Amino acid sequence: MNPTVRKFDAVIVGAGGAGLRAAIQLSESGFKTAVITKVFPTRSHTVAAQGGVAASLGNSEEDNWHWHMYDTVKGSDWLGDQDAIEFMCKKANECVIELEHYGMPFDRLDNGRIYQRPFGGHMSNFGEKPVRRSCAAADRTGHAMLHAMYQRNVKANTQFFVEWMALDLVRDAEGEVLGVTAMDMETGEIVVFHAKATIFATGGAGRIYYSSTNAFINTGDGLGIAARAGIPLEDMEFWQFHPTGVAGAGVLITEGVRGEGGILRNAQGERFMERYAPNAKDLASRDVVSRAMTTEINEGRGCGPNKDFVLLDITHLDPATIMKRLPGIREIAIQFAGVDCIKEPIPVVPTCHYQMGGIPTNYNGQVVIPGKRSQNEIVPGFYAAGECACASVHGANRLGTNSLLDLLVFGKSAGETAVETLKLSPKAHKDLPQSEIDRALARVDRLNSQKDGANVHETRLAMQRTMQKHAGVFRFADLLKEGVEKILEVQKDVQRTEIKDKSKVFNTARIEALELDNLIEVAVSTMISAEARKESRGAHVRNDCPDTAECPDGRDDKNWLKHSLWYKEGNRLDYKSVKLTPLTVETIALKKRAY
Amino acid sequence: MDEARRVRIGRLRWHCRRALLELDIVFQRFWGEVGDDIDESTLDLMEGLLAEEDHDLWELVSGRRQSEDPAQQRLLARLQATPNLNTFATERH
Repeated sequence: MNPTVRKFDAVIVGAGGAGLRAAIQLSESGFKTAVITKVFPTRSHTVAAQGGVAASLGNSEEDNWHWHMYDTVKGSDWLGDQDAIEFMCKKANECVIELEHYGMPFDRLDNGRIYQRPFGGHMSNFGEKPVRRSCAAADRTGHAMLHAMYQRNVKANTQFFVEWMALDLVRDAEGEVLGVTAMDMETGEIVVFHAKATIFATGGAGRIYYSSTNAFINTGDGLGIAARAGIPLEDMEFWQFHPTGVAGAGVLITEGVRGEGGILRNAQGERFMERYAPNAKDLASRDVVSRAMTTEINEGRGCGPNKDFVLLDITHLDPATIMKRLPGIREIAIQFAGVDCIKEPIPVVPTCHYQMGGIPTNYNGQVVIPGKRSQNEIVPGFYAAGECACASVHGANRLGTNSLLDLLVFGKSAGETAVETLKLSPKAHKDLPQSEIDRALARVDRLNSQKDGANVHETRLAMQRTMQKHAGVFRFADLLKEGVEKILEVQKDVQRTEIKDKSKVFNTARIEALELDNLIEVAVSTMISAEARKESRGAHVRNDCPDTAECPDGRDDKNWLKHSLWYKEGNRLDYKSVKLTPLTVETIALKKRAY
Repeated sequence: MDEARRVRIGRLRWHCRRALLELDIVFQRFWGEVGDDIDESTLDLMEGLLAEEDHDLWELVSGRRQSEDPAQQRLLARLQATPNLNTFATERH
């Protein structure tokens, strides 16, 4: 039986920051806009963003977008596209002020202007000294942002489809995107959202790792869907890690713990950071600490029966200091590590935090892929923004507070471009190709009819453990090579997952199986892209690419200053140039990334 | 189990998918403990609790703030006391 078809001018998948911002643009322009979302919009993972949003407002001291651009290019280890970075940094002030007008309760200075706080990597005058650039709403910036934008969408009559799971893209023979199929969780019904513009804003896929700070909803749905529809994924080897997530849980232990005197120890109780960073020791930078922890674990000095974590020890601190200076840490340790950190050390591992790569787009939010005419041909009707997209502004590593800025600027940009395109498009929708609808139905049918298949939970765990061991924060040539074989084995199990509960209504087992179909595409793309990139750059650090005169810190600009593109079909890799020419200013020239 | 109850539990389980990892883990443990044997009054309390915004919910679940409703506070105490399923912690030595 053919599914119901619902027609919209635009359909947006995902109702976090990027999706809501894009929807405002479309609905306020009078276009009939649907937003499909797995969870209620204000429960999207954007809520977890606390640090703030970067904008060179200069409310407390002199600042400008060009300095912000420099910091972002440097942070990206020169892999970011400089046209997109200039675009984002220039648009930041406009987007933040718009948000203020939507009712966002930013913290204020006494003079009424938006208060700005300092943040790591934010510098004035091209890296000279720290500058206050982050705009925040207490420690609930992401949450306040979502509320302001959700209310604006309600006013503009955006139609929300809450607790719907997107399944697959509908693309015609010419490659144009004509909408998306989706399942209503409440009824199990599958519907085709037929649209002239389809915008993906589905967030990241941090759940591919065993240890991740990401909420369970971050399953890379948009990336999996795009990959299955023949769209390559860009720079998937680049993931930002935090050194101290609670082992086995992923919940973050703030860097403040080490700042207050916390010590990292291996299985022998040794303060191992003394060997890796004799001066800074436990207070060395995130990258250095994470790599040291991984080395200890890989060389057999990890703790526990599987020797797969190290310990963060604050038992030598005065309990009163812990309670006063590190509020909440004791509760987190008790709740998620099962230890009282006043008496026992906390098991920790480097933990996945943010995905730099994604669906390739230009700075207008349009999805672009290599074609006959150029490396960046527009896929008609398809847009992406936020963590699921790769514009690419984060390159090999993201600058703090640029994630909220990314979703504001590129959510708006994707919405604006879609509006302009819709104004020129014919009134009628193009015909839907039956084969594409059948493709989505076949995937659900396979799952419903699978016998003697693989267990979803066990298969997901196998994927997560493989990614953690073989493509973690510090990468080893032999482990990566082995990891490719292992993840492809896991992929075979994903293709034969089985669910015991076949009911249609609110069947969370089915949703988790469908999510795993998406996660595995991200995992495979990450492993294959990481194995192939024979250099160290930003967050991708390999043991066989050391610091040399030709390749400072292992970065090989001669051979690897290029974006990776992974295609699902045949696990093929392709590469495209980094855009080193900004829109109006001079190129920020390559140099060693040092802080 | 009748269909209405099955749907209600399925919906509540899904509503435990939150924006914050901390909450996801606490609720995952809870369902692992109670399974489908959860009684109707607890379902009512869960519905009320899950209507909270995520940051407020974490304040309640982590014990930083107490609920004014004694019944809800009892549910929170139960959530806090649900055994830690973190195998790293239990197997660490």
